[in-house]
Amino acid sequence: MLQQTVTGAPAVEAHDLVKSFADKLAVDGVSLSVPTGSIFGLLGPNGAGKTTTLRMLLGIIDPDSGTRSLLGRSRPLEAANEVGYLPEERGLYPAMHAREAIAFMGALRGLPLAEGRRRATVLLEERGLSEWANKPIRTLSKGMAQTVQLLGTLVHSPRLIVLDEPFSGLDAINQEKLEALIRAEAAAGATIIFSTHVIAHAERLCERIAIIAGGKVAFAGAVDAARDRLRPTVRLKTREEDGPWRAALPPGARWTGREWRFELPPEGPEPLLRGLLEHDAGIETLSIERPGLHEAFVAIAGAAAAEAMGQGVPA
Amino acid sequence: MTRPLGRVAAAFVIARRDYTATVLSRTFLFFLLGPLFPILIGGLFAGIGARVAAEQEQPRVAVVASAQDFARLAHARTELDEIPGTARFPQLMAAAGNQPAEALLTGKKPVVAVLADPFGSPQLTGALAPNDALVGQVKLMIARASSAQAPLPSVTVERVAVTSGATEAGRAVTARAGQALLFFLTLLLSGMLLSQFIEEKSNKVIEVLAAAVPVETVFLGKLFAMLTVSLTGILVWSSTGLAAVALLAPPGALHALPAPAVGWPFFAFLGCAYFAMSYLLMGAAFLGIGAQAGSAREVQTLSMPVTMAQVALFALANAAISEPYSPTGIAAALFPLSSPFSMIGRAALEPAILPHLAALAWQGLWVALILKLAAAWFRRSVLSASGGRGRRRWWQRRPAKT
Repeated sequence: MLQQTVTGAPAVEAHDLVKSFADKLAVDGVSLSVPTGSIFGLLGPNGAGKTTTLRMLLGIIDPDSGTRSLLGRSRPLEAANEVGYLPEERGLYPAMHAREAIAFMGALRGLPLAEGRRRATVLLEERGLSEWANKPIRTLSKGMAQTVQLLGTLVHSPRLIVLDEPFSGLDAINQEKLEALIRAEAAAGATIIFSTHVIAHAERLCERIAIIAGGKVAFAGAVDAARDRLRPTVRLKTREEDGPWRAALPPGARWTGREWRFELPPEGPEPLLRGLLEHDAGIETLSIERPGLHEAFVAIAGAAAAEAMGQGVPA
Repeated sequence: MTRPLGRVAAAFVIARRDYTATVLSRTFLFFLLGPLFPILIGGLFAGIGARVAAEQEQPRVAVVASAQDFARLAHARTELDEIPGTARFPQLMAAAGNQPAEALLTGKKPVVAVLADPFGSPQLTGALAPNDALVGQVKLMIARASSAQAPLPSVTVERVAVTSGATEAGRAVTARAGQALLFFLTLLLSGMLLSQFIEEKSNKVIEVLAAAVPVETVFLGKLFAMLTVSLTGILVWSSTGLAAVALLAPPGALHALPAPAVGWPFFAFLGCAYFAMSYLLMGAAFLGIGAQAGSAREVQTLSMPVTMAQVALFALANAAISEPYSPTGIAAALFPLSSPFSMIGRAALEPAILPHLAALAWQGLWVALILKLAAAWFRRSVLSASGGRGRRRWWQRRPAKT
């Protein structure tokens, strides 16, 4: 996980955002606070309300009720020139040339066209795409077009970068490149919010997250705080499966076939170790593992949400 | 940090993109050739309309005679007018005996000629052509009123340069020509706005735009882009047309159309201003309607009723030319979408300038209002939908149940 420099007032704040579409309640009282300079992950399965929340935060749509603030402004579009947004459904004009598309997206957010073209040339060059600069978007591969759109999101050097499912559709190499880019932008001082249904990305990148399920925020806070919601797991391998030392294990301990697994008791490891040693348990290995974000997500959002995200439920 | 971007500047960015994307495409060449067909059809309709109008707008003749003689003449006129297959006879208007012909010809009630002493030594004064059919019709009416077998009388014809009736009739032709031109240009060009959002919606660019600038600004940019595209086309067409007339038309052909009441220069200015307003009004409405469509097929389905609505507006404005101060005429001038057509007609008929300034301001206000409403509708029904797919409109098919 990257350690970000978090300073000052929140870059984004939302209080009790509610949004319905026809008869469906898509977002139900979402409240968030994204510290300036942080990388913030919005986690949740498809249909949880992540995109709708982001669209409300950006001012694309208005909430039915609730308030929001973007870079200190209650009308999000007033801050648009300082925001970069990569929507979930990528959109570029197919006939537009790559450099022109980047400059156009910058111009929409107040960057003069000439400067946008200059920056676009540099950005494309840095990513080895300079030979495609004057080619229409329709002739680019999907990955290249995604890169062009991402560069268009960043060309005006925004203070706040909002990425909706930025990793979807990218191969492993490009996912790594994108993670590096996000880290670089954060290191340069930008605040980054991204939504994802892949927990690993959030775990690697974010300091703070919000878990959304069924339109509600199930958890919002530091990744560590989410992980701390679960007790550490103890994995114990002994010479024998059973013995008098069993009495030292907590009631929820279960035999997996190879080892014992259970939550670390609230009293800590010492009483456990003492009990095991006193009864000559024949300890081969004993490890105390802090739960990952995946386990925390399952515990917070429920197994169904984890299944919906294609993450499965930990054994 | 970037410089602050005003709404106008943002609209310009969008307009510039749309303009270059349209004008620099190969299909723009076909766009430039497009008016050939409507011009042919428009000419045909204008000819029919003018003929119908000429039949409906019968010239009026003032009759200086006793009440008894006027009644005889009017009775004869009615009888002759009822004979099938004959051209319609002029309307007759009783004039006071002591009024000079010049006063009647240039008076407020437009007459094309004055007939004096019909049953003594008839004299017809007016802006009449050497073989004007009106002279023959007057002779027939006098003969009919005298007796069934009476020979055609001799009528002294005094020709004068111009009369209020002739001027009004001429200006009505200019008014109709101006309206027809305005209508066909608007019909031809504003329909393009129906499909303006299809590209953005199918490419998902709309979300990029809506996250960066207000939807009203997106609408404004698109509207002005297409207005500029249209003006580019009009510039090409009018230059070509003027060159063709200069090369091919006989000398003096350009002066065939009677001068409008406000004069040609101001009429030309108003023509441009009313075209822009008509385009912006129709365009804003079409942009709003078209933005609701989810596919090119839906746009095609919508285009027919939209065209019919335009024809209805034109018909309303056209009907107002004959009677600009009738309830229909006032309604046509006030109703924002027909107002430009109606007012260009008035510019040909009446010299007053202030009403045009007021009309342009009124129409501008409605452009802003329609844009605002269209943008609000778009935000509520298209953007405010999960995943950007949009709420199903009443004309759209229900999605298949899975």
